[in-house]
Amino acid sequence: MASGQKAARVGEEVWKTRVEKVNAELVTLTYGTIVAQLCTDYDYDYAQVNQQLDKMGYNIGMRLIEDFLAKSNIGRCGNFRDTAEMISKVGFKIFLNVTPTVTNWTADNKQFSLLFDENPLADFVELPDDGRAQDELWFSNILCGVLRGALEMVQMSIEARFVSDVLRGNDVTEMRVTLLRYIEDEMPPDDD
Amino acid sequence: ADGLPETDVFRDSVYVRLERLGFRVGEGLSERFSRDRPRFTDQLDVIKFLCKDLWTVVFKKQIDNLKTNHRGVFVLTDSRFRPFSRMSMANPAEAMARAQPHLYFPCGIIRGVLSSLGIKAIVQAETTELPSATFQIKTIPAK
Repeated sequence: MASGQKAARVGEEVWKTRVEKVNAELVTLTYGTIVAQLCTDYDYDYAQVNQQLDKMGYNIGMRLIEDFLAKSNIGRCGNFRDTAEMISKVGFKIFLNVTPTVTNWTADNKQFSLLFDENPLADFVELPDDGRAQDELWFSNILCGVLRGALEMVQMSIEARFVSDVLRGNDVTEMRVTLLRYIEDEMPPDDD
Repeated sequence: ADGLPETDVFRDSVYVRLERLGFRVGEGLSERFSRDRPRFTDQLDVIKFLCKDLWTVVFKKQIDNLKTNHRGVFVLTDSRFRPFSRMSMANPAEAMARAQPHLYFPCGIIRGVLSSLGIKAIVQAETTELPSATFQIKTIPAK
């Protein structure tokens, strides 16, 4: 719990003093436009759209982690529970000004959920009424990729995926995060 | 060969795509941010709204210089264009070439804003020295 409080304090502090902000509606509109464009590009094959969003997120995450570490001045997390607190209370706080709830841990501490009470990416969004988007599209899937890319750069291989979304009519928006393994430091192979 | 980043076809497709995304964003932005202001009186009024209000929403500063020939052509100069603020390279020519694609999306935004306020236009942008950017708007008279 102590680590959670510390993370909340750091997140608040960084958000207030060290983050350059942009208009939230600009972000929402731009993201929405990208998703809509991908839907037409892939001819409403939502599985492909999800995959593209995840890939874009991954590329962003790999860069964003640098900015995150530089701004937050946070060291290595002792365990995956600390990592989860940092993601929720510092990462999401400083980049999106939200703090998703960390919950539903498995007994082995390798899997948790992030519950989003609010999701700035999805403000004003309604999914297409084509009878499929509601079952197939994960509108905010870019966030899963961001997490995967960012954590990979700090030596955690994870899987992140949405399991429910209020846009689909579910009660909550929930992302499931699973630690696959810690990536070991390796010396580049000798080529002599 | 058309799929290679250095070909014209590839560059054009990137332009079309980013410009189109910008256009849609511009339409949405002007809807949201023109709602509570007085009705526009003329074309120049719309351009001023773009230079002051919308530029501030998107880039957190106003356009630094606005010129017009009073015959439907407007030239907007942003001498510290935000997307260019952290671009530098050993070779200025290469930096400029690489900066160019970052102008496509804003061009679309401008065209989208104007379109939703009833002005058809061709928008082009260039940079001659980072971090400054120049946008040229040629409005198309309604027939």
